[in-house]
Parts: sequence; C-alpha cells; structure tokens
Amino acid sequence: MPIHRRQFLMHAGAAGVAGASLNSLLWSRQARAAIGDTLTIAYHVAPPSWDPTVGPSSVNPGLQSIYKSVFDQYIEQNPDLSFGPGILTEWGWNEDRTKVSMTVRDGVKWHDGKALTAEDVVWNLKRVADPETGNVVQVVWASLDNLQVDGNRITADVKQYVPDLFKWMAFLTGYLLPPQYYEEVGAEGFEKKPIGSGPYMVDRYEPNAFLRLKRNPDYWGGEPAFENVIFKFVTDPSSRVAEIESGGSDLTLEVPFEEFDRLKAKDGLVGVATPVSDVALIFFNDTGPMEDLNVRKALVHAVNKKAIVDRLLRGYGVPLDTLEAPEYDAYDPDIKVPYDPELAKTLLAESGYSKDNPVRFKIQATRGYRPKDYEIVQAVVGMWRKVGVEAEIEVYEIAKHFELRAQDKLDPAAFYVWGNASGDPNNSTGFAMFGPSPHSVWDTEDLDGMLAPVMFGEKDDQKRMAGWNKALRYIAENAYVLPLLQYVQPVVHRAELGFTPYTANFVLPHKITVKG
Amino acid sequence: MSAGYLLKRLLLAIPTLFGVLVVVFVLLRVVPGDPVTMMVGLTASEEDIARLRELYGFDKPIFTQFLIYLGDVLQGDLGVSITRKQEVLGLILGRLPVTLELSLFAMAVALLGGMMLGVLAVYRPGRGGELVADGFSGLGLAIPDFLWALMFILLFGVLIPLLPISGQIDPRLGFEPASGFYLFESLLIGEFAAFQSVLSHMVLPAVALAIPLAAIIARILKSSLQEVMTQDYILLARARGFSRLRIVLREALQNALIPTVTLSGVQFTFLVGGTVLIERIFSYPGLGNMAIEAVINRDIPLIQGIVLTFAVMFIALNLIIDSTYVLLNPRVRHG
Repeated sequence: MPIHRRQFLMHAGAAGVAGASLNSLLWSRQARAAIGDTLTIAYHVAPPSWDPTVGPSSVNPGLQSIYKSVFDQYIEQNPDLSFGPGILTEWGWNEDRTKVSMTVRDGVKWHDGKALTAEDVVWNLKRVADPETGNVVQVVWASLDNLQVDGNRITADVKQYVPDLFKWMAFLTGYLLPPQYYEEVGAEGFEKKPIGSGPYMVDRYEPNAFLRLKRNPDYWGGEPAFENVIFKFVTDPSSRVAEIESGGSDLTLEVPFEEFDRLKAKDGLVGVATPVSDVALIFFNDTGPMEDLNVRKALVHAVNKKAIVDRLLRGYGVPLDTLEAPEYDAYDPDIKVPYDPELAKTLLAESGYSKDNPVRFKIQATRGYRPKDYEIVQAVVGMWRKVGVEAEIEVYEIAKHFELRAQDKLDPAAFYVWGNASGDPNNSTGFAMFGPSPHSVWDTEDLDGMLAPVMFGEKDDQKRMAGWNKALRYIAENAYVLPLLQYVQPVVHRAELGFTPYTANFVLPHKITVKG
Repeated sequence: MSAGYLLKRLLLAIPTLFGVLVVVFVLLRVVPGDPVTMMVGLTASEEDIARLRELYGFDKPIFTQFLIYLGDVLQGDLGVSITRKQEVLGLILGRLPVTLELSLFAMAVALLGGMMLGVLAVYRPGRGGELVADGFSGLGLAIPDFLWALMFILLFGVLIPLLPISGQIDPRLGFEPASGFYLFESLLIGEFAAFQSVLSHMVLPAVALAIPLAAIIARILKSSLQEVMTQDYILLARARGFSRLRIVLREALQNALIPTVTLSGVQFTFLVGGTVLIERIFSYPGLGNMAIEAVINRDIPLIQGIVLTFAVMFIALNLIIDSTYVLLNPRVRHG
C-alpha cells in the first residue's frame, strides 16, 4: 500500500506523542515504585565537604542530617533534644569535674569493615583539639588533656572546664572519622570517598545533584528500613514542592507555609510541623537610643509576637520571651514580657519621645535568608511606629551580618535567627549576650559579670541553671534583646512513611519507616 | 582567515583576562561578607578568628594576596576551595562538561526552533505561519528564561508530570561517565537507559534556556529571509517555477543565515550565562549551580576560578564566532 507524505507525517507525529506519553508513564511509575526499598528525599542543601568536623560545612545545621546518616557522633541526641548513647555508652565527670571518663561501644565497625576502637575515639578528640585542623570550636575539644585508653575506657584531665562539653559531643563537629582510612587517603581522598560508621554508606555523590546512600549492614543501632536513600539536592523551594507533589520524591522539607498547608491537605501526603531549635530575635546594640532603658523596654512591649506568628507564619511558630525555647534546658515559662503598647507609649514618654517626636534608629534585616525574615521586621517596625518609634530598615546579606557582628558594628537593632540544637543556654543566650564573645552584640559589664560564672565557672548543674534563670530574668527585665519566636520546620512526606520529627531539625533517613 | 588575525585575537585575550582577574579579585574583597566570620563557631575567640584568617591567607595585604594568586594562576593553580577543600581546577573541570552539554543542547534546540519559525514566517507570509512565528517570538522575547523554567516545573512537573524537574540523571542509575559528558558518552558507549534519563532531565532546562534565543533567531532569520526574497535571483527562481518551499530552503536560506549565525553566536554567550539561574532552578549540577553555592558560602577561591572559567569560555566563544563568520562569508577579509 503506498504511503503518502502527509499520511507519513501524521503517523510520525502520532508516534512521537505516543512515545512521549509512554516515556512519561514510565517515568512516573519509576518514581512511584521507588518507595519499596529506596527512600528519596528532596533536600534543601548539599554538603560542600564530607568532613563534618572542620570548615563552614561543619557548623551548617542543614547538613547535620546528612552527616548523621553517614557518621556516628560520640553521643546521640533524641527527638526532644535529650541525650542518649552513641559511640560512647557511658560518659561523665568525676566529683570535682577535673577529670572525665568515657566508655566506647563494643562491636562497632567502620564502613570498610575495620573495628572502631577507643584509640580511634582518642585520635578524633586530639585531631579536633589541634588548632591546625581548623575546627571551629577547637577550644571545646582542647579543654581535655592527657587522654588515656584502657581497653574500652577513656579517661582525660580537664584543662579548662566546659560545662556543656558532652553536649558538644552530640552537637556540631562532634563526629567520628576513621583514623586509619583518613590518614591513608588524606583530606582530599576522603572528600572523594568518605566513610564513617553510621547507618548508611556513601554509594555515590554527585555534588549539587544527588547523594545515594546504601544501608550499612553492620550498623550498631539496628537495620534501617530502607536499603537505599537518595538525597536529591533541590535548592529552590518551589521545585521541592513540585518534587513531592509530582511523586519524584517521598519526603521534602523547608517549603513555604502556604504550600505546606496546601500539600498536607492532599490525598497521600502528610504534613508535620515541629518547633525546632531556631529562634528569631532582634539584637540590640548598646549604642545610641538603645542605651536608654525606657526605649528598650518600649521596643519589647510594643511587639505583638502572637500576631506575627498567626498572620505572617500562618500559626507556625512559638512566641518567645527569652532566647530559650521550651525544649531548652534553661527555659522558664514564668519569665514573661507582655505585649502592652500603652506601657510602651508611657515608657517612651518618660524619655521624651512620642508619635510626634519619635525615637529614630536603623534596623538591619536579611531578606529571604530565613522564612519571612524581612516581613517579620516590617511588621515589627509597623508596631513600633504606632507607639512612637521610627525605625528605618536596612537590608543586607547574612554574610554582612556575620562580619558586622564580629566587629560589633551592627546597627542599634538587627534581626537574626539563632540556632542551638544542644539545648544548653551557653550556646543560645550565653554566646549571644556575653560581651567578649564575637557573636554577642550587647556588651555591658553588669551582664557580663552575671554570665561569666554560669557560662564557665559553676560546676554544680543545679546552681548553674539557677544562675541562668536569674540571668534570663535580668535580661528580660532590662530588655537587652528582643526575642521574637521559635521557628517551626515543615516536613511533607508520603502517607505510607513513618516519620520522626526532631527538635534539632534533623531529618534522619534511618529513623524513617514504612507503615504497616 | 589568516593565522595573524587569530594570533592578534589571542593576544588581545590576555589583557582581557588580566582585567577580569583584577576586577573579580578586588570586588570579592570589598563586597560584604568575610568568609572567616561565616565559618566560626560559637566558642570562637578573636584569636581563633585571626588564626583561621591566617590559615586561608586573608590576613595579608590585598596586593600581596593578588600577586600570590596571579603567580598561582599562571602555574595553573586556581587554589583550594574553602568549603569543599578540593582543588578549584578539579572542581571546575568536573562541572564544566555538564554546563557545556546543557548549553550546546539548548543552543541546538534554539537554532532548530528559531530557524523553523523564521522559515515558517516567510513561507506563509501574512497567514497563519507568520502569525504563529511572530506570536511565539513575541512571547519568547517578553518572558525571561527563568520564568519559563518555573512555568515548566509547574506544568510538566506537577500538573502533567511528563518529565523530571530536578537533577541531571536518575540517581538510581549506576552510570558514571569518565568524560563528564553524560549525554554524549552514554550515547557513544550504548548506555541507552542512562542516555534516555539524561535526555529527559535535560529537556526542560534546555528548552527554558532556548526559548528566548529561539525567538531572537526567528526574528533575525525572518527579516534576513524577507530581504533575500526580494533579490533578483529569487525572482529568477520563481520564474523557473520552483515551489516556494524550495526557494526558501534551497535558494534563500543560505544567504540569510550569515547574520543569523553571527547573532546566534553572540547570543550563545548570554545563553551560557543564563545557565547559572536555570541550573539552580532545576538543581542541575553544572558550573552555574556551583557558582551560586560558592557565592552564598563566600568561597573566594572557587568564585574566582569560576569567573575566570566563564571569561575564558566567552573569549573562546567569541573567537569561534568570528572565525565562523569569516568562513561563512568569504567577502569578509581582515587586515
């Protein structure tokens, strides 16, 4: 039968469309079938480095879930920020806190099959204590000296008392690397083929594209539910929404709250919103109008935090009156700084300010660095305006914030989000408010004198927390900082998955199960 | 084209590259953001910060830093990435093929689409064909590539999930190309599953990149063809009874191509620049995506290396375009 050109073109076109449709079906089916033995996570940040103990990556909270999938920590952290055994099964101080002892778990293997020993733990502790390594909290690890091994037991002298030393062992940079392998391949070799002792082994890493993990059959903490885990690095929030919605990924996080509400209402998807260890605040710098107690107190009383949470964050946030979130060790629900715009007006009037003669200063804010950061500052400035404060917003990048903060050159007010997954007040209120710290903005002798003993001196935990309680109350009464709210992390996942949310912001694949 | 002309162009590239080096080096040190303050931990003291600054060489005067950097670059050493702790050159060479492949594929799509529309507009003047071509090129020019990308994600990723919307290849596939050119290598060695996966991942970012360029090509080709179609030899062809399609494709197109190719070449450099945002949106692991990460992390050695690479690419592309132009148009002679 002769075929005419027009017929041929029509048939070819139809075949093309059919081929494309078939391809699409195959692609969708592949994506849906993946949940069997492979968990796919659309993740917001990719690890630039595979060494979780040094460099900027080591202090990036977003990367900790990936590091925790491959590497073990000395001590594990539970979903509620409490601590549990990790590679160390026991740890503690002696009576006068001049010595520490630790017991290393038996039977743990590195991903290359070699045994993890107490000597390996000591090698790791000594490595990060060495200033040449570039560990960013080297002073914490350098507080130990004369590390000795006796079987599975490690002892050490305390050179300088760091009250939250063991919390750091479950926190940033507190990871274990395999000494023999690391020395064999060197730092660059380790970046190319990292190994640890964690629940998953790195199968393939394509920087900025994906990370494929394979289950570690020898993992001491029990067999993870999924044989394979794929982290797809999808940095754009709208693309992450599309990933979960199209079935291309089984779980995603850090999506806009508007999208979160829409996605969780869809069949087959579940949304989990958990308050996490990220606290939004406005630093006050002890300069210009902020030196006036009435002004500072007016600024904190004029802000309706609940309205900010409800209207800007769709209810996904927890208003705070101190820098301590409810899950933190030093949280005190009795410390209250109520929203009282009339009181704010009265306080400003006492210092000669009013709506006709407002107090003026600049406030710095990032835009898009954290959810609704700029919008929150806009709302705060609007509330201040109503009581007689004219604050001019200056937008800058987060890098500039770090630079200015280290130089103590921030404007009288500056927005920031402070993360503290350790839960210890030293790492939130402490380093945020203690003058000599390069991270602090407020710098006055009265507060430093109150913070120094509880941060570095007091060895009795109860007395230390009592001291913290006093300091937190003092900070609130003197309005040295404006705590705003605790952020909530939105996670969306397939309904078939059992997901464990962590206050520390972790999304841990080895803790994710398949329901039924 | 004479060898002298090529040599002259190559020599001119040296001050251009030096200028790029100076500008990037100085800019990175005056813009806000100190990489060391971004990486220090809570307990870091002023001494710790000073130690880290010394470790990365940021404590030296800017001129000294530049001389050291220039000396290293001349020896092929672009430094070590602060965040990745790997040689910058190795990192760039690993990503360059990804971006090149995407750009070339997008260019092919743009040329094909743009030329088809240009021809269509002249083949059916004042009728449906011209309207379609003009409408498309108007839309293509009005909407930037990143907006096309976002629309494609919504349309083909969510509403009608036809194609993957992130990454370069299905992570479950074990294909690891030795060259870094995923598409070409998978095709060459017969890894068809990988080829299909790479191709399907490349379609949306490539089309998003290609549309604005296709619109420009369509417009230029249309006006060139219209001009050529009024020439005497075309009238002669008509008089000989050739069909309009044959006249357009076989008689007019070749002469109309010269300005189109020249302009396409220039626009290709913009297309390569556009990969920065498109790669980010589609999580495509190319040089552009790495550039954004480097900027966010203030990874100064890596930013410098990437900018230098883009500069070299642009210079090389312009050289190729000039050469092609001379080859296509023998009337053009230089010095």
